[in-house]
Amino acid sequence: MENRNGCKLVDLPESTRRKDRFSFTLLVVIIVLIPVLVESKYYLIVLNIIGLNTIVVVGLNLLIGFAGQISLGHAAFFGLGSYFSGILTANYGFPHWPAMVVAMLATGAIAYLIGYPALKLRGHYLVMATLGFGIIINILMGELEQFTGGHDGLIGIPPLSVGGLTFDNDLKNFYLIWAFVFFCMLVARNLLDSRVGRALRAIHGSEVAANSLGVNTSSYKVKVFVLSAMFASVSGSLYAHYITFISPSTYDFYYSIQVVTMVIVGGMGSLWGSLFGAAILSFISEALHVAKQYHIIAYGVFLSLILIFLPEGVLVGIQHFYQSKKLQRLIAVKTPFLLWFNRF
Amino acid sequence: MDFSQQIAQYIITGLSIGAIYAIVAMGFNIIHNATGIVNFAQCEFISLGGMSMYTLVVLLKIPILISFFISMATVSLIGALMERGPIRYARSKEIIILIFLTIGLSGTLRGTAQQIWGTDNVGVPAFSGEDPIHLPVGATILPQHMWVFGITFLVMLVLRHFFRNTMLGKAMRATAVNRQAAALVGVSVDHMVLLSFALSGALGAVAGMIIAPISTTSYDTGIMLGLKGFAAAILGGYGNFAGAILGGVILGVLESLGAGLLSSQYKDATAFLVLLFVLFLKPTGIMGYGESERV
Repeated sequence: MENRNGCKLVDLPESTRRKDRFSFTLLVVIIVLIPVLVESKYYLIVLNIIGLNTIVVVGLNLLIGFAGQISLGHAAFFGLGSYFSGILTANYGFPHWPAMVVAMLATGAIAYLIGYPALKLRGHYLVMATLGFGIIINILMGELEQFTGGHDGLIGIPPLSVGGLTFDNDLKNFYLIWAFVFFCMLVARNLLDSRVGRALRAIHGSEVAANSLGVNTSSYKVKVFVLSAMFASVSGSLYAHYITFISPSTYDFYYSIQVVTMVIVGGMGSLWGSLFGAAILSFISEALHVAKQYHIIAYGVFLSLILIFLPEGVLVGIQHFYQSKKLQRLIAVKTPFLLWFNRF
Repeated sequence: MDFSQQIAQYIITGLSIGAIYAIVAMGFNIIHNATGIVNFAQCEFISLGGMSMYTLVVLLKIPILISFFISMATVSLIGALMERGPIRYARSKEIIILIFLTIGLSGTLRGTAQQIWGTDNVGVPAFSGEDPIHLPVGATILPQHMWVFGITFLVMLVLRHFFRNTMLGKAMRATAVNRQAAALVGVSVDHMVLLSFALSGALGAVAGMIIAPISTTSYDTGIMLGLKGFAAAILGGYGNFAGAILGGVILGVLESLGAGLLSSQYKDATAFLVLLFVLFLKPTGIMGYGESERV
């Protein structure tokens, strides 16, 4: 593929594209089949939570894994999506789909306002700014009682519906949420395989180098920040309509940390890793809710172990391990043969 | 109580909480200077300081002065063990991985504290007396506030002496400026990193112990204090010690004024709003020169 100036653009190799096409098809098959295999309502709920987290994590991975910028405030965008949708539909009787779009756009606008100055900050300063922003939004959720219902939460959010179909149980919501997951992953996948994706990867590699090659780094960083906020907002809206009740504690500092953890555990800069990271950590988190008093310690130990031993992400880490094992086996088989062969 | 007295009262309260933030911020700075990471387990050092003080003084009835030093040593040891174990053996030395590792370790410590002490808030007796002292400006403070000011001041003096006049302190500063150069002239960088964790463990514990009699303590009391300490460090310019003190005091006083004059529910929001505002005007913090990229 060549652009106007005749320069060759680096595209993903055909093998990767084929692999991606296969993976997406597999994802659809799995999504369709899961409800047939999983009968327990509890597991459906867990799967729905995984889906919602995946949407946030995919967006966040664009920011962290590809543009190399860390945000510890994404709970705020997730929450803004929920609260805009919730307030518009429950308090003002807005139709829900337009409310969701309004929520997404409003969250995007807020992300732009905060991201424009914040992404000029570097390293730990950016971490602190996003962290502070997240905490401020979380406090506002609790204190603006006349709109948000305060710490008791906002009740009576109607479920989503299309035509005559109302998404009012876990199974229907499963299909709805995972359709969104599929769509979001597709958007992210195509974005990465474009001019924008290459620019983002260049920024991650070296901001100075990218800048000198004509990539408007600050503009790209803000754009991808806004995009990841919109992903989070959509997920938040879906969450609000699915659970029909929201309260500030869902959107605290820990959620921000959790989603970044999912990005890291899945592997920074790995799209399928996002799905994997969201799945494994959401599942563990839900499973640990049974043993409530051990939740913090178990989660802490688990996170520490992964980061110590599989810092490149579980999926990539296992891949590496497998490859090295395969390599060893190959060597183990071939070496005696080679030794024998060399005698002649 | 007229308006000026009220203001004086808010400022005094703000200064004392600001002193705590400053100590915590210095803990963050020390580790940052040695390693380049943000150590979120600093929050747990604060809680552990407070809770071990409670255990020693209230449960075991050990005199306050002795308890103070035992707690400090214990938490300092925990900090050192953290570095000797997980941080050192982490396979990746990437900054973001190490930061999240400290979050993981922080969860581990907090979870352990929860298993040991439960989730209740507990009180610790004041270091000396509970009778309020009336100041000439019209404000009233508790003796414990005086202890907070005194101990903070002492900590600053000791640290200043340590970093300026002792060989070890100079070696730590050398490591902060340039690791390789420090290693070349014979500074054991490994030991400096270990020492930085031990030192910030001790600082976190001190902060937790002196605030405990004023605001009670629990297994997770350090989270908000720690995050505000981080905010103070960033506000002053990350890694800068004078900045940490300035950042702590500014945050503390503004937060206290905001809570008193505007609304107490927005107390935490005020602190972070001020921080964002300053960062957007001066992206490197008040006294910072910006972050040099570590290779």
